[in-house]
Formats: sequence, structure tokens, C-alpha cells
Amino acid sequence: MDLHLTAATPTEEERRAVDGLLGPEPVPNDRVVRGGHETRADRTLLLPVLHALHASEGWISEGGLNYICERLTVPPAEAYGVATFYAMFSVQPQPKTMVHVCDDLACRIEGGRELVAELEADGANGDWTWTRSPCLGMCEQAPAIFVQRAGRPDVALGEATVATVRAAVAPDSMVTCAGAVTAPQAWDPAVRSGLRLLRRLGEVDPSSIDAYRAAGGYSALRRAIELGPERTIREITDAKLLGRGGAAFPTGVKWKAVAEQSVRPHFVICNADESEPGTFKDRLVMELDPFAVVEALTIAGYATGAERGYLYVRGEYPLATERLERAIAEARVHGYLGDDVMERGFGFDLELRRGAGAYICGEETALFNSIEGKRGEPRNKPPFPVTHGVFGKPTAINNVETLINVLPILELGAEEYSSVGTQDSTGSRLFCLSGHVERPGVYEHPHGVTLSDAIAAAGGVRGGKRLKAVLLGGAAGGFVGPDRLDARLTFEDARAGGYTLGSGVIMVFDEDTDLVDLVLRIARFFRDESCGQCVPCRVGTVRQEEALQRLVSGRTIGTRADELALLEDVADVMREASICGLGQTAAAAVGSAISTFGLFDGETA
Amino acid sequence: MVGLATVFGAGGGTSSYEEVENSDLIVLWGSNARAAHPIFFHHVLRALERGAKLIVVDPRRTESAAFGDLWLGIDVGTDIALSNTIAREIIASDLQDQAFVANATENFEEYAESVAEWTLERGEEVTGVPADVIREVAHTYAQADRAQICWTLGITEHHTAVDNVLALINLGLLTGHVGKYGSGLNPLRGQNNVQGGGDMGAIPNKLPGFQDIVEDHEARARFEQAWGRPIIPQYGWHLTDMFHAMERGELTAIYCIGENPVSSEADATHATPLLENLDTLIVQDIVMTKTAEMADVILPASNAAFESEGTVTNSERRVQRVRKALEPPGQAKDDIWIIAQLARRLGHDWGELSASDAWEELRSLSPMHANMSWALIKEQGGVQWPCNDEFPNGAQFLHSRLWAFDDPARQGRKAPFSVVVDDPPVDLLSEEYPIRLTTGRRLDSFNTGVQTAGYTSPLRRPESVEVSAADAEALGVAEGERVRVSSRRGEVEAPVHISSALRRGLAFMTLHFPDEVETNRLTIEAADPKSGTAEFKATAIRIDKLRAGVA
Repeated sequence: MDLHLTAATPTEEERRAVDGLLGPEPVPNDRVVRGGHETRADRTLLLPVLHALHASEGWISEGGLNYICERLTVPPAEAYGVATFYAMFSVQPQPKTMVHVCDDLACRIEGGRELVAELEADGANGDWTWTRSPCLGMCEQAPAIFVQRAGRPDVALGEATVATVRAAVAPDSMVTCAGAVTAPQAWDPAVRSGLRLLRRLGEVDPSSIDAYRAAGGYSALRRAIELGPERTIREITDAKLLGRGGAAFPTGVKWKAVAEQSVRPHFVICNADESEPGTFKDRLVMELDPFAVVEALTIAGYATGAERGYLYVRGEYPLATERLERAIAEARVHGYLGDDVMERGFGFDLELRRGAGAYICGEETALFNSIEGKRGEPRNKPPFPVTHGVFGKPTAINNVETLINVLPILELGAEEYSSVGTQDSTGSRLFCLSGHVERPGVYEHPHGVTLSDAIAAAGGVRGGKRLKAVLLGGAAGGFVGPDRLDARLTFEDARAGGYTLGSGVIMVFDEDTDLVDLVLRIARFFRDESCGQCVPCRVGTVRQEEALQRLVSGRTIGTRADELALLEDVADVMREASICGLGQTAAAAVGSAISTFGLFDGETA
Repeated sequence: MVGLATVFGAGGGTSSYEEVENSDLIVLWGSNARAAHPIFFHHVLRALERGAKLIVVDPRRTESAAFGDLWLGIDVGTDIALSNTIAREIIASDLQDQAFVANATENFEEYAESVAEWTLERGEEVTGVPADVIREVAHTYAQADRAQICWTLGITEHHTAVDNVLALINLGLLTGHVGKYGSGLNPLRGQNNVQGGGDMGAIPNKLPGFQDIVEDHEARARFEQAWGRPIIPQYGWHLTDMFHAMERGELTAIYCIGENPVSSEADATHATPLLENLDTLIVQDIVMTKTAEMADVILPASNAAFESEGTVTNSERRVQRVRKALEPPGQAKDDIWIIAQLARRLGHDWGELSASDAWEELRSLSPMHANMSWALIKEQGGVQWPCNDEFPNGAQFLHSRLWAFDDPARQGRKAPFSVVVDDPPVDLLSEEYPIRLTTGRRLDSFNTGVQTAGYTSPLRRPESVEVSAADAEALGVAEGERVRVSSRRGEVEAPVHISSALRRGLAFMTLHFPDEVETNRLTIEAADPKSGTAEFKATAIRIDKLRAGVA
């Protein structure tokens, strides 16, 4: 491609960072140059190489970006568009250390706001700085921070104070990610042994493939190979496994559709871009049982005829990234990935891709674009991923929790697997309990558990206070009141009852919680995270936040009723006309809070 | 067009844009379509999106080369050497299309013998392209299912223009990459109606519809009958011949329609006085060009794009209607009206001649347009010639007849291979003139700038002499520094621009800004005797610092 670059050139450091990923720059040849398809195919390396550049200097300079454009033959406007799409990248000079302080729902009620206030009063110096962040996926350890440290590994830390921040940013900092086992059921061996998805957490060394095998690892892949792809898929279908990412699509149907496509190659992707506020279950699984994810994705590849898989991990999950990378490397060494997996005549390998701070990339088609090196904007559907997924090829994409359910299905058989749960919601489910509960963390319960049992299992509302509200399913889910405590947590009950399980979020708020503050934070979240591609969402999320601000400040345009009617209008348009789930659900939680709790009904809401 | 007409009997690109989009391999040879034919390049981009490979042959690493899977940086004027080497490799590897060569071509034995000496090693020595890369191109082209060779002025602005084209046609014949869907040989046209001009007889040796004025007695008789006048069976002059004739004093009056030779002719130092010395110069144009400024009579014409009715024919032979949207300003008149009035004053009253009258006459005289009614053009949104009883709705690609091996009547004349001989540029490099200057276009300017100079562009740079970093260093000149550029014919001053598209010994200039830098003072008038195209692409120059000692 003929590029029109500015005159800015990279520094030696920047050049080294880029070359470190892409290899040394080819020697100029004045007679023969190869490029074209070969070079354009490298576009998929844009996000990784932006990471490499950013990790070297702490920001992306014009010269550095020019050099990337030259190496990948990406037009500079497009590369700039990609670099500026992600919250973790800066194209302005900034200190090498950047602290992202979570002030999202769970963190703001657990000290996040206070931490922000303290940092505002006495914060950054020239060597580091900080910024407010949307949910970092560590709600059970609120308040959380995530520290990008150019030249050193990034860290994510929970229960953060100003002292934690100072320790992480210190030039000689020895701070690393803790990797706490925040699955309280796993603390009790008796309870743990009864679990299917969390049984290895805290018990099996996440860095050792031998430990994983000794704990039953790779028996599911062996079983899949015995069954063959078709019967493996039938087993998944018979087990009635439904996607745990929110859409509840039958996994067997998805895999079968991909397997049947004559177009090659096929791809499988593990969507580990867990970013729904209040959600942290996939993170814990990846940190503490990474081989399970690798094995499950390998089975998906085997069943769907894909030779290549991607693991797209949220950028703010440094420990999960590190442990998965190690697990992938181990699996390769031991022949569980590569040209001839388990010497059974099929090839499969996978590549870990790190996100860079964009909620929208959890949307499957936005994730494809992100892998391809484009802005992470969703695509119109149809065509669906099973026919036109990543690189336009048939793709099976599942989230972490869905994938690891494949292991017990194959180990136990479909029948035994579905002996747990209900008729239509088989198996168990991971729930993320956070907020005002005694023991926040990830819990595994059979489908059909009631909301009150789930909260009780986490020790109930902390300090014996009364329950005010529960956020079910995340920011894209909705608020329910104490009157819904008997709600059964299954797909069919949720559908019938008009609530959503979403990503398994159960965020508990006690009687002293300021719900208006939460609603405003949710509105701000969607305004920030709207990718801006489609109008209903780009404009609607802004209008929604503005109307809420006016209601809170009392400076309404017209009456309160007018503003509430406007909110409903905006919600309708976003729900009906947005391209993807972000816009379609951006008003759900806000609307449910207003209608359930009558937030703006009285004078003193 | 001469080359294609010689081999196939019709001087048009053989393929449609759609086929280009659906081909597997596109070879841009002597064409920087990205900059010079951006609309055509959109079709190339679609092909690339579909997965087609692109090979670019060009001395410069052009914008088009930057899209290529492979770029071959040949030495200027070695196209025949490269083609012959590719042909020899194809034959030596037995990759030619045996059936096509045996049944649809002539003269293969002689051709094969003529290229036998062009081993890969010899090809590398002459062209500068490594032998293994030439081999790769030969095999890729021969083995592609659908392959296109597209060329432009990099092939034709040489003193060997026609031989260069014939050399490329040879490759198409050798591999059967012509006359079938997706494969073809395509000269790209620089304007929307270059093809149309040739089709309508605006070339010195053909009547409308590519009917030879000397050899095709039947056609000539048809025109004589229709026009009621004898037609002298003699070829006319092409542009370069005309300048020679002016020099000899044989040509003393010129009626020049829509052409600006003062700015566009090679060796302008030489051409301008010849135009000045004419007895009569009549210029019919829509703007006051440098040539119009010298004219005795100026006939203000209407704009062909939106002030007149008619047709244009594009590179894929598609005839399209042009409709009048505006009245021409002032006293400007439609070209047909002006010509009819001229005829009347010369004693022939053609009445109120309209564009459709002219078109109907064409259909009655040009067999390849016979069935092409304006209604059909409108209905199909353009029709590709030939449009006759065999192809009632036009033909997407040409020469399918060649594949009718079992039907000699339909197949008609077989396509002959041409023996073409490597012949380096006339303007030889020497110690005094050590740098090879080649010329071309940029994306945002068109020819001499008459149609583009009035618009701004973020990409436009002032005219400069582009050189490699190596030459700039050797000359001790910096970016933007003004230098003297001299050839054996003239000299100009221009600022230096250091370009990564060039290698040592190769320089580049455009013709876009004749008022700033009259590049054609440098270029050589040496022309191909068959096409009349001057060797704009190969000038020997030297570059000198203006003030010695200034770093």
C-alpha cells in the first residue's frame, strides 16, 4: 500500500520494541520487493505491536506509530484510529507508570471513591500518574487498581489503598499480582470436591501441567478424540450446554454449524475479554485453572475442524495473561498443542491476544475486528460468526465459562452432566458475588438456586443490614429489589420473570446505598464505552447520562415526568436500533432502577 | 493500439473490468495505475481483496508497486529483454498452452528460436532483475488460471513502443491468457475516451471501426459510397510525423482540437518554434491553453463532459452515453456544430447535424458497432464492442474466436507471434549524462495540468527532480535544493526531492507543471516509427549543484 506518513521517526527504543515483535526490518532491495498479501496479512499483529510499543515507552508517539505503519503497511489514519480506540493506549506523552483506579460499582461502595479523593488531594508526581477506570474485574477485592508500568510487568491489585498505589509505582517496586483464591467454596475441601467447574481452584498448581494431569486434566480431550468430532458435538448438544456469555445460545448447535462449513480454515476463539461490570469469574478460572481453558479450547478446535484458536484476554488481566501464556507453552512442550496433538493426527495451536481496554471487544464481532488489527467495532449480523467470523472464516467463539463446561460434559457424559440443574438449564453456573456480602467471590451453584440462597451462601448481607437492591447480570442486566429474592436462577425463569442472569453478576447493596449514584455511574460507563459506530448508541448513551444528571441536579428541562419520558424514549431507540448488545442494553439497568425503586418520584430521591 | 491491432485485428484491451476483478494474477507492466489510472486501480483493489496476486514491473518502486505481492525493478527500456526471458523460461519448462499455441497462433517456431538465447542469466544481466525472480514470474503467469497483463505509457513511451506491446502479447499467446474469461491483455487508457478516439478513426491509418484505410478495400468502398467522395488510400501522419513535416515545410496549417502540444510535446524547445512558424494555426478548445495563445483562430468549444451530447468509450471498450446538462457559456459551441458550420462554409451543407445522426452513420459503416443502438446503450448502461449479429448485446471480452479450434470460419485469422528484438533506449547513458531520467504522473495532477492545476491537493508538491538518496548524497545535494538538470537537448532548474522509489542512477520527473519546470526540454524526440509515440520514458541526464561548495 502506498502510505503517506508524516516526517516523524521512531527512537531507537521504539524501533527495538517494534522489531522485537515483528523481527528486524528487511534490508532494502532496489530490484525486488515482496509485499502484498503477505504483508497485509500481518495487519493482525497491529494490536500486539501497539502493546509492545506502549510497554516500552508508556505511550505511542507519532514516530513510533509511523514505524509500525511502515512495517505492517497500515495507513497511518487507520493505525491512529486503532491506537486511540483502546483505553490502555495513549498517543499523548504520559509518565511511564499509569495507575487505573476503579471507581465502578463494586469498588465505589467499598472505598474506591475515597481512594480517588485521596489521590486527587495528594497524587501523582512526574514519574507516574493515575486515572479513573471502569470495572477492573476484581470486584471481590474492591477497591481495585491496575498499574501499567512501561519497562516492567503490569500489575492488578485488590483492596488497594494509597499505600498500595505508592508501592506499585515505586521505581524499585517488587509488587506482583497476588492471585488470591477468591472462591470461598474452594476453601473447604468437602465443598470443593462436589464442584465441577471450580474443583481445581486453589488445590492444583496452575503452573504445572503435571499437576493438572494428575488432577484429571486432559481426560476430556482424550475422550473427545475417542468419540471423534461428530460424537463430541453430539455429546455437547445432548448435554444442552447453553452459552454463559449472556445470549444463552446452544453451544452444540454453534459447533456443528462451524464444523459443517466447507470454507476453510475454521477458527475457534475463547472470549476471555471479561469486562461486564461486576464480573470476575473467568479471571479467577484463568488465573487458577489455566490448563482447563487451554484444554477446552483444544477440544473446540478438534470438534469444529479448526487448526488455530485465539484466546482473547482482557488487557487488565495481567496474571491471567501470564498464567495462560505459560500454560500454552507447557501444553506445546508436552504435545497437547502443535502439529500432532497427543499424537492423534490432528494439528491445533492457539495464540493469546491481549485486549487493551475496551468493553465493546467482548462483543464477538468487535473481538474479531480487534484480532484482525482493526478498531474493535461490532459488525452487522448476519452474516453470523459460524459462517463469517474472524478473517471472514467460519468461527466458533465461546466464553471461558462455557468452554470449561465442556470438560465435565465429556468426563461425565451428557446424561450425568445434565443430572444437575433443571430441564432447560443443565449443569451448574458460576456467580460473581460482590458488594455488601460477607464473603464476596466466585461461587458455583447448580442452575435453579434461588437468589436468596446464592446470597446466603456468601454469608448474606454484611453486618446484618437489610438488603436494598441486587444488580443481576451486570451493568447490562438490571436491578431487582428484595421482593425478588425467591427468583430461581435459570435461563427459563429469568426469561419468564423479566430479569437476566447475564454474566452471573450478583452485586448486593445494603439499605444505606445511594442508588442514584450507581445509576449515574452506569450511565457514565455506557457513555464512555460506546464505540461510537452507530448513532442510536453514540448519541443515546450521552443523552441518557445528561437527562440523569439533570434529574439529579434538579435542573430539568420541563418537568421530571418529561425527563423520565425522554429517558424511556432514548431507551427504546437504543434497544431497537443499535447494532450490538451494548446499545441494546445500555438503558436496561438504569430503567430497572428507576422503575423498581422509583428513584426520581419523590422530591428527595 | 497498433500492437494489438497488428496481432488481433482490433486495437482494444481484451478484457472487461469485471474480469480484472475476478482474475487470479494481475501483472501491471510499465503502469503506475495507482497514481495514473486510479479508477482502474479500484478494480485492481477489488481483485486483491478477492485474493488475486499483483506483480508490478517498473523501474521505480511506485505507489502501485507498494500494493504488489512482487515488484520487479527493471532497468529502463529492458521490457523486451524481460518478456523474452520469461517466454524462454516458459518454453524451457514446457509451461506453454500447447493446444492454444498449436491451434490458435502462428509463427511459434520462429518466435521460440528468437527467444532461445534469453536464458535467465542473460535476462538478469540485461534487466537487472534476479534470475530466480524472473523464473518465479514466468511460472506464476503461465500457471495462473486467469491472468491479466495491463500496461500503459511505461511500455509505449519508448522508441520501441510497438515492439514492447508485441512482446507482452507474445506472453499472452504463449500461455493462452487471452480470449477467455478473466485472462487478457489490456492497455490502460489515460482518459475516459482515448479508446473512443481510436475507435472513431482519430488515428492516421484507420477509418472508424479500425478499418484499414489502405488495405481494407471493401471498407473504403463503403465509406466512399456513404460519403459520395473518393478516399485516398494512403496513411496519414501521426503527431511526430506532423512535426517532421512542419520541419520540412510540408505541413503549414493545423486545425488542433482539444490538444495542447506546446506543453505536452517531447523536446518542447524544438516543437514550439515549429508551431509558431505555421501559416495557420486553428485551435478549438474549452480553455486558453498555451497552444491556443499562439493560434490565429480560436474556436471556443463546449465541454464534452456535460455541455454536449455524444458517447465516450472506455478502456474496456464500453461505449457510454454523455448527456448535455448545461448550455455552454458565451459563444462556446458544440464540436459537431462547429465542424458542420465549417463544412457548410467549405461548400457542404450537412444541415442540423446531431450527435445521434453521427452515431447512426457510424453504425452503418463500422461493423463492430452495427447493433449498438442508443436504446441498447441506455438499456444496458453501456455496451462493449463488438456489438453485431454474433454478439447482439456486446462482448465482455475479445478474441474468444481464437479458441474455436474446430471452426476455422469462426476462428478467422490466427494470432501471430512476433519476433521482437531488445533495443536499448536511444538516449544512451554516458559519463557526461550518467543518470537515467524517466517521466510519469502523480495521482493529483493530470498531464500538463490544464485540467488539474486549478484545484488544490494535499498531496501536491511543486515540480522537482526526484532522485535516490544515494545519488543525492553523491551529488552533495539536500532535499529541496535547486539543481540544474541537463540532457543533450536542454536544461532546466528544479528542486531535488529524495525518493525511496528510486535506486542509484534513476531519476524521475513529471510533466505536470510546464510553467515551473519544462521537463520536456530534456526529453528526446526519438519516436517509434509505427506508433509515433516519443521516448518520454528514457532520457540521459546529468544533475549539477547550482552553487558549488554550499552544503
